Amino acid sequence: MTTILTVQNIAKTYNMRDGIVYALNDVSFAIKKGDFVSITGPSGSGKTTLLLALSGLIRPTSGQIIFEGKHLENASDKELAGFRKKHVGFVMQNFSLIPYMTAIQNVMVPLSLNGHVSAEQQVLSSAVLELVGLENRKNHFPRELSAGQQQRVAIARALVNKPSIIFADEPTGNLDPALSTEIMEFLQKINKELNITIMMVTHSPQAANYGNAKIMLEDGKLSR
Amino acid sequence: MNLLKLVWLELGQRKTQLISGILAITLGIGVIVAIRSISVVSEKAVAINLDNLGANIMVLPQGASVDNYYAADIDAPTFPEEYVERIVTSEITGVDNLSPKLTRRIDINGQKLVLTGILPKNELASKPIWQNSGLFGAELNAACGPSPSNESLGYKDEKLQRKSIDSLGISDCLIGSNAASRLKVKEGDKITVSGTELKIGKVLGETGTIDDDRIFAHLHTVQNILGIQGQVSAIEIMGCCNAISDGLLGKLRNILPDTKITTIGQIVSTQIKTNQLMNQISLIILIIIVFVGGISIGNYMWANVNERKREIGILRMIGYPKSSIYYILMLKAAIMGLIGGIIGYVAGVLIAWFLGPYIAGINIAPIPVLLLWSVIISVFISLVGSVLPAWFAARFEPYSNMQEV
Ligand SMILES: Nc1ncnc2c1ncn2[C@@H]1O[C@H](COP(=O)(O)OP(=O)(O)OP(=O)(O)O)[C@@H](O)[C@H]1O
Ligand SMILES: [Mg+2]
Repeated sequence: MTTILTVQNIAKTYNMRDGIVYALNDVSFAIKKGDFVSITGPSGSGKTTLLLALSGLIRPTSGQIIFEGKHLENASDKELAGFRKKHVGFVMQNFSLIPYMTAIQNVMVPLSLNGHVSAEQQVLSSAVLELVGLENRKNHFPRELSAGQQQRVAIARALVNKPSIIFADEPTGNLDPALSTEIMEFLQKINKELNITIMMVTHSPQAANYGNAKIMLEDGKLSR
Repeated sequence: MNLLKLVWLELGQRKTQLISGILAITLGIGVIVAIRSISVVSEKAVAINLDNLGANIMVLPQGASVDNYYAADIDAPTFPEEYVERIVTSEITGVDNLSPKLTRRIDINGQKLVLTGILPKNELASKPIWQNSGLFGAELNAACGPSPSNESLGYKDEKLQRKSIDSLGISDCLIGSNAASRLKVKEGDKITVSGTELKIGKVLGETGTIDDDRIFAHLHTVQNILGIQGQVSAIEIMGCCNAISDGLLGKLRNILPDTKITTIGQIVSTQIKTNQLMNQISLIILIIIVFVGGISIGNYMWANVNERKREIGILRMIGYPKSSIYYILMLKAAIMGLIGGIIGYVAGVLIAWFLGPYIAGINIAPIPVLLLWSVIISVFISLVGSVLPAWFAARFEPYSNMQEV
């Protein structure tokens, strides 16, 4: 299996009034294509910070991030935006749908960036909504959908651009156990069938068990 | 989905906020358009007046306002018709022609029109007093008045304007083009004005002034209709220019002490001054709306951007570059400006349409080029007001709003 993502000695510090906060401190690891990685650790240990750094939404203070041979730590903002739209899908804890758009319009947003015309956007978005079992809800607004349905729309949106990696930050954090299982099984299906690499932050041991690799953080450092 | 669609969907979400954001610009544009519409048309009317001056001196009652040449005698107080004789029997020379008038607004079949009573020239001239005094012609020379010709010194009766009329039957009338079309009448028809039937002798050509809404009838008929016998609201005098510079106005004032005597030139210049003032006011309003409108849009945008921090974070997360965020917000500002400009223009046209006849005594037609200006100004203000909020929004650190709450 080829390596998709390599992280070397990254650190992220914040200068606060009462001193320097190490959100990430000398973290190194490598992820292979097709891995399903669970990231665990206590609150404040740097899990979200790690995902944001890997996706280029924040820059590490030091260290290197290499995605498919390209260095992200010194890429321009524009290059990072291009990297996200091409390779990355996001699923957050609180669903992160755009409130004034219907389910299908939300799914179409990433497609607009890749220059698809309206008809193509319709077809591709309908297809992924069908994949997540929401084809009959595509004209509903987020407020008209249940929590689990909203999270599935978010997954559909993360999938529609055929990313090579999906970053998920506590995707089941707001869901009851039954829905959590449903979403986890769905992520596993994507990982297995579409061979999409997944890095998922979770607090739940059951959810962590879906992964085939684990990263554990404590105080911004790899533990274990 | 594309950026324009995204902006459009978002705009549809917050209509009330949108309206309050563009209100200042819209109101400002509306007022400017109204002022410009009225003053442009009334400037045109002034130009027409200067072309068609039939009389160059106006005798008006003391209380009359002279802000507007055309409206000066409408609804003004009255003075006795007998003043005409006072002028004629006096020793004053240099009066070529006079025309007493009585003008009032009237309502015929629900149409608001202007009724003017005039004394035809043949009746004035036939009075013995006129023949004796030899007013016509005797004092005139080539340097005085319009070029002498067989058209009675250049005052073409057909054009009427402020000119005298050679003859007019006691139950005849002449009607302005606009009044004729509003009443749906033509030459030879009869109209009833407050119970008195008048036969239309002629429909007058369009002039672009209030004369188009006017009905001219015999002075004495109009006095009877209005129930103010022996009174007039103005006397128009064609005075010889040499005589005017020799103090004709002062001499007239001596014999007609309780009246206001002005030259058309003074009235027109008052009107030009009023127009200039209006233009200055619209410039001041323009400066105010650039500030108030810009601040108001900026304020709205700032609130909007803060409210949408999360959404902007999502878009950045999906892969929108900073430039797209900036573009989305500026596009929104441009659309708001466009809407504000168009609504402002329409509002201004409506204001001018309703108030024009009262303020300037003329009907105002919309001026299409002002729409272009309204939109340009409004979009410009909106963009300028939104630059800072959009700039900050594009630079939001996207993660700061994606951390769980
Ligand atoms: N913008 C910031 N400014 C200052 N400190 C920050 C900022 N973002 C994160 N931190 C700090 O970095 C550390 C790691 O934060 P992070 O959000 O990555 O934790 P986490 O593991 O995701 O926690 P949780 O499980 O509660 O989501 C925390 O101590 C946090 O206070
Ligand atoms: Mg977190």
